[in-house]
Amino acid sequence: MPMVTYVLPDGSEHAIDVPCGQTVMDGSVRSNLPGIVAECGGSCSCATCHVYVDPDSQALFDEMTDEERELLEFADGAQADSRLSCQLVVTTECDGVRVTVSAANG
Amino acid sequence: MTQQRVSSDDRRVVVVGGGHAGGTLVGMLRQAGFAGEIVMFGQETELPYHRPPLSKKFIDGDLEQWLRAPEFYREQNISVRLGESIESIDPAARRVYSSSAQATEYDLLVLATGAEPRRLPVPGTDLAGVFTLRTLADARVLRKAVISGSRIAIIGGGYVGLEVAAVARANGVDVTVIEREDRVLARVASTRLSEILAAYHRDRGTKILTGAQVVGLSGDDGHVRGVLLGDGTQVPCDIALVGIGALPRDELAVAAGLACEQGILVDHRARTSDPAIFAIGDVTRRPLTGVDGLQRLESIPSAVEQARQATASIVGAAPAPAEVPWFWSDQFDLKLKIAGVVSAPPGTILRGDPASGRFALFHHVDGKITAVESANSPGEFMAGKKFIAGGERIDPTRLADPAVPLRDTVIK
Ligand SMILES: Cc1cc2nc3c(=O)[nH]c(=O)nc-3n(C[C@H](O)[C@H](O)[C@H](O)COP(=O)(O)OP(=O)(O)OC[C@H]3O[C@@H](n4cnc5c(N)ncnc54)[C@H](O)[C@@H]3O)c2cc1C
Ligand code: FES
Repeated sequence: MPMVTYVLPDGSEHAIDVPCGQTVMDGSVRSNLPGIVAECGGSCSCATCHVYVDPDSQALFDEMTDEERELLEFADGAQADSRLSCQLVVTTECDGVRVTVSAANG
Repeated sequence: MTQQRVSSDDRRVVVVGGGHAGGTLVGMLRQAGFAGEIVMFGQETELPYHRPPLSKKFIDGDLEQWLRAPEFYREQNISVRLGESIESIDPAARRVYSSSAQATEYDLLVLATGAEPRRLPVPGTDLAGVFTLRTLADARVLRKAVISGSRIAIIGGGYVGLEVAAVARANGVDVTVIEREDRVLARVASTRLSEILAAYHRDRGTKILTGAQVVGLSGDDGHVRGVLLGDGTQVPCDIALVGIGALPRDELAVAAGLACEQGILVDHRARTSDPAIFAIGDVTRRPLTGVDGLQRLESIPSAVEQARQATASIVGAAPAPAEVPWFWSDQFDLKLKIAGVVSAPPGTILRGDPASGRFALFHHVDGKITAVESANSPGEFMAGKKFIAGGERIDPTRLADPAVPLRDTVIK
């Protein structure tokens, strides 16, 4: 199973196995990590699953839809490497990916 | 939320209600380092789940969307008692009594009992084919009925009713929405949005009757066949959905002597009038920044915010800053997002074109945004929410022009 490392706002790191086909958001919720709230359950509506993806890992995930891009543009703490983690579907190639959870998810 | 390191805690938190608020709270308590015992009672036989799909995806999508994986509760050492409802509270002895007549002691109690569909006080609601929609069980029954039915009458033009109307219509069902007020969404949306959405539904073949008082349901062989209106008309149907709002399930709290006024009264830290009892979610009447008095909100963001407040109160963490209230709704291909409190504001700015299905209505007082109602415009929604929170003044003319970037609409 691909392992994803979550860096939390308090600096702690958590390495978690996330089954292929699930999202980076699912992995965090499953392990009860704080930071990713996921109010809408992954329907790209709430922007409470905001993470930053390392530049060299970005190509491993599907490109952003316009909807995701627009939601992120005005999200608190938005940066060039911002993504909504419910849109990041994990594949075998994602093993070793690191994401930093935004402190602004509420 | 800052994580607390509580190494041991001999307090027992009992949660009544395993819905979105209760299910979120128990996870947050563990995230915040609460090490005491957690017991959650849920009247439904299902683990906490997302309700939005019940009205949005009840035919073609996945109905069962669990809040947390089933193993989660055991792994987090949360004891979940499904199918067991709490019948009474003894606040002096700090005990709750469940349907199995067992007593459970608590140090802290969290009431998260939600809301239930308001009943329609007319004859005929007990006929077969008449439904309400609140639970997964309701949605499963409604799904079957709508798939095999051909005509549905939806009594009540609120968000849930319109969502069901859209799904049914998209599946070829003949839909009539019956609304008592002079417009759909009268309590929750601006007049402008009501008009735009009503037109959107009508263009797709839905009949909408406004100013229509339902006086009864008629049937034959015990099955509903029509909805009778005050003016004598009969709307023929083989399914009727009653969606006329929800009432807070505060009867336990009332009986226990907590301060309630159609909803359990809470403060901005989710505290009730009893220091050992908190309340969160749809059952509460809560304070809102910038609004006088206490409000009832029925939305997931509000339930989650209150779960966070109660967690902070329980573990002794600093309260999180207040959030701008918001919620979403999906109707046909429109993804609607609404933030702030919509209450007949003096000014409204339309950005975008309703006919294109992509627009936002910004409500403002002297350039200060108080609410935004958006369709397929996540950027406008997020910017609007920021404007509401930040109190920035915007330039109405620039905001009305979609060619002007949202950032450039703020008066510096
Ligand atoms: C069809 C539908 C669609 C919705 N769509 C959206 C949406 O798109 N966006 C949005 O933000 N909000 C939406 N909502 C609202 C949202 O689901 C609610 O705001 C949210 O579920 C509130 O959570 P809660 O825990 O307070 O109440 P609930 O989720 O209703 O949970 C309360 C639970 O407590 C249980 N309970 C009650 N009394 C007792 C007792 N005495 N003992 C034990 N258990 C008890 C109930 O059985 C229930 O399971 C929707 C609601 C519905 C019904
Ligand atoms: S979970 Fe809501 S946008 Fe990702």
